[in-house]
Amino acid sequence: MSKPDALSQFEALAAWLRGALGAGEEFSLGYSGESSEFIRFNQGKVRQAGHVQQASLCLQLIRDGRHAELQVTLGGAPQVDRQRLAEALAQLRQTLPLLPPDPYLQLNREAWHSQVLQLEALPDSAAVVEQIGQAAQGLDLVGFYAAGPLSRGFASSSGAFGWHQASSFNFDWSLFHSNGQALKAQYAGQTWQADAFARRMQQAREQLSYLAQPVRTLAPGSYRAYLAPAALQEILELMSWGGFSAQALADKDSPLQRLHAGTASLSPLLNLHEQVTGSLTPAFSSEGYPRRDLQLIRAGQPGEQLVSARSAAEYSLPANGASPWESPQSLAMAAGSLEQDEILARLGDGLYIGNLWYLNYSDRPAARLTGMTRFASFWVEDGKLQAPLASMRFDDSLYDLLGSQLEALTRERELSLSTSTYRQRHNGSTLLPGALLRRLTLTL
Amino acid sequence: MFEAFATLKQHFAALHSDAEYWSLRYVREDHQQLAMRKQVAEPPRFSRDQGAMLSVRLAGVEAYAATNDLSRQGLQAALERATELARRIAPQALLELRALAPSGERGEYRSPGLEDAFPSLAACYQLLAAESAAVPSDPRLVNWRVGLDLTQVEQLYLNNSGAELRQAQRFVYPHLSVTAYDGQDSQTRNLGGAHLGQQGGAEVIERLGLIGAAPQVADQALQLLLAPNAPSGPRDLLLMPDQMILQLHESIGHPLELDRILGDERNFAGTSFVKAGDFGHLQYGSSLLNVTFDPQIPEELASYAHDDDGSPASREYLIRDGLLLRPLGGALSQWRSGLAGVANSRASNWNRPPIDRMANLNIEPGGQNLQQLIGGIEHGILMASNRSWSIDDARNKFQFGCEWGQLIEHGQLRGVVKNPNYRGISSQFWGALTAVGDASTREVLGTPHCGKGEPNQVIRVGHATPACVFSRVDVFGGAA
Repeated sequence: MSKPDALSQFEALAAWLRGALGAGEEFSLGYSGESSEFIRFNQGKVRQAGHVQQASLCLQLIRDGRHAELQVTLGGAPQVDRQRLAEALAQLRQTLPLLPPDPYLQLNREAWHSQVLQLEALPDSAAVVEQIGQAAQGLDLVGFYAAGPLSRGFASSSGAFGWHQASSFNFDWSLFHSNGQALKAQYAGQTWQADAFARRMQQAREQLSYLAQPVRTLAPGSYRAYLAPAALQEILELMSWGGFSAQALADKDSPLQRLHAGTASLSPLLNLHEQVTGSLTPAFSSEGYPRRDLQLIRAGQPGEQLVSARSAAEYSLPANGASPWESPQSLAMAAGSLEQDEILARLGDGLYIGNLWYLNYSDRPAARLTGMTRFASFWVEDGKLQAPLASMRFDDSLYDLLGSQLEALTRERELSLSTSTYRQRHNGSTLLPGALLRRLTLTL
Repeated sequence: MFEAFATLKQHFAALHSDAEYWSLRYVREDHQQLAMRKQVAEPPRFSRDQGAMLSVRLAGVEAYAATNDLSRQGLQAALERATELARRIAPQALLELRALAPSGERGEYRSPGLEDAFPSLAACYQLLAAESAAVPSDPRLVNWRVGLDLTQVEQLYLNNSGAELRQAQRFVYPHLSVTAYDGQDSQTRNLGGAHLGQQGGAEVIERLGLIGAAPQVADQALQLLLAPNAPSGPRDLLLMPDQMILQLHESIGHPLELDRILGDERNFAGTSFVKAGDFGHLQYGSSLLNVTFDPQIPEELASYAHDDDGSPASREYLIRDGLLLRPLGGALSQWRSGLAGVANSRASNWNRPPIDRMANLNIEPGGQNLQQLIGGIEHGILMASNRSWSIDDARNKFQFGCEWGQLIEHGQLRGVVKNPNYRGISSQFWGALTAVGDASTREVLGTPHCGKGEPNQVIRVGHATPACVFSRVDVFGGAA
């Protein structure tokens, strides 16, 4: 495989920077780039289509214990990019003398090397649009297709160099019944296969028929519930806001601080990992540390924390490749023993919840959270789907949902690739089972 | 200022395409993020971002290509990519837009005080250090952070119908938070509920109250730590402006976005309980409710002269005397729906396409000062500073939480309570609006973090609102 242009471009800029460095100066240089197709669908047709090409560098300059960083968008031409990098270097050189030394500065001076290239050929977007259009005939489909290569790079004055470039696609869509009820589906990966997509769409089409029943509105109260992996993902995403962060735990701003203090507990069924191995995320952090697999929760007990370089210096902890904001990027929950075809029977009477939506904390230190049901959620009686649910609000504690009220986890897990495209496409993922709960509290 | 514009205009004039319409939207955004945590300066973060979006309409089908390559060849390549994309998706396109007239507007907009220099980096750090050092020494105060963010944006819009729009804006965001901890519970207090931001210069820092705020914010965090949980049950609810903006944003702003009503956002941000047929007919709230789209308050975050499709922006009532009149929909959504809207087609940056967004969404003042609002409450609670927000995908069932609560009994403010939350249903909640504060209670706030769209976009929105009272709201506290 020939070397990608973006990699050559980044190598050249890093080499120039090494040559431009003055006595006593050190640097780290991050790279982020993408070339992405974005296509929105409404009513089974293309509502908005476009392409985004962008690349940027993040230069951190260090001297005499002082440091600052500047992110600059590249222009694509070597002389333009070198000029922008030179201007960034000059600005940071002017800035450093104005700053006090940073007591929490910690650099990784190991000269590690890492390179991953996963450049699968992606389908022509017009062909994808046509396939989606054909598969969606007669359906009210709303969705979003994003595809193309993503690149992340890192270089340092100590000789570290990392490059991660992978192509992927992600089609995330909903099918709406004429009664307003909807279900959600995703087809994502690195190789688009027309027959696999057609099967996924056919599966969604069949599920749509379950939504035709009259909607059931429940009274507030406590109910048995099954959370499908996509619903559980919403809870874990909220839990990841500071849940595993060394700084949030130290600053008493973590939803899991009572777990770490030993005054609250989670279920022994719960095992959570930051699973770098095999994920689509880079094997190095933006701070220049190799990432490794971490066990964040072990049989319900607190495990390793996510420790950024800054937290490592401040709290005397070993840095473990966490991002500066210390949230997991490839979270995996260990499977349980509940078989897929036993879910409804074990649930008996209760809620089958396909997705949750818009979660937030009602009392963060107590890990109490609220949110809504959304997409393909049903009332179940005697192990049989009875009717789609009107959107309901829940309010419960993590120590209940994933603690005392967690009855079982499914044996089968689902891999979900991030659909987030804020500022740029993201490459995070989750690998999660479904969760059977003895009780979920509905409030509105 | 506007250094790149002359070259871009030359490049644009040289572009060629067989599309009937094309436009260029260039954005340069420079950002500076300074903070001090527990009297230790965090390393400053700067960013310098620029790029352009080329949009085309070919046989009525639109597509875009955004590029970081601003050379003439780079812009031409993006134009050709967008044109080719429009050609290829045409058989599956939802909209045929030949009849939609492009903008021919020309104009310029600048933030107030843009010519005045912003304080130097050293001066900013000096201010932050003074504020950080002003947090009193108390072992229960475990974390505090004070910061100052500055964003400067230059934007140029050109199209082949002769439009030329220039925009230069500066946004200032002071912030301050203090966390208190007693070994079991922790309580965090933010100045202005973390929703402080205005257009302007150094005067914004003082106007929004950062200077000298630390002791009071710290004291309030300690008061919350000692306070009982908010009680449960129905009470009259007095919402201060730094919570009202969230209430307004989530349960009036988002439901009135016309692209949601047209179904574009159903896969992500959601739909709306409001239907297209409701405009002009639906009594959205009590007769005290007056809501405007107002891009003409100079310091408010989303004041501008034209939106990102080149439509001229003007003040409009969306709700008057409680009656729903007009949606938040730009030129395209207006054309699709046949409804009169506002100039709110906005993009978060050069790399995202314009969609219907909130901009400045405000509640017009009423006639009572704060003492009168409190005096009119027999059994109630004051809540301030949003800290939690959750609402269903149709923007109806909500639950919001605040940092600060104070009970109100017999027209008097009583004790502080922690973890104040409330829940309700948008379509009923605004009908319970029983009093609206006067101009003395109104604050101009906003957030740079409103999320929506596929691809996702996070954008600045401004909200100016007085304090308001709602009757018999379901209120509750935190965990025991």
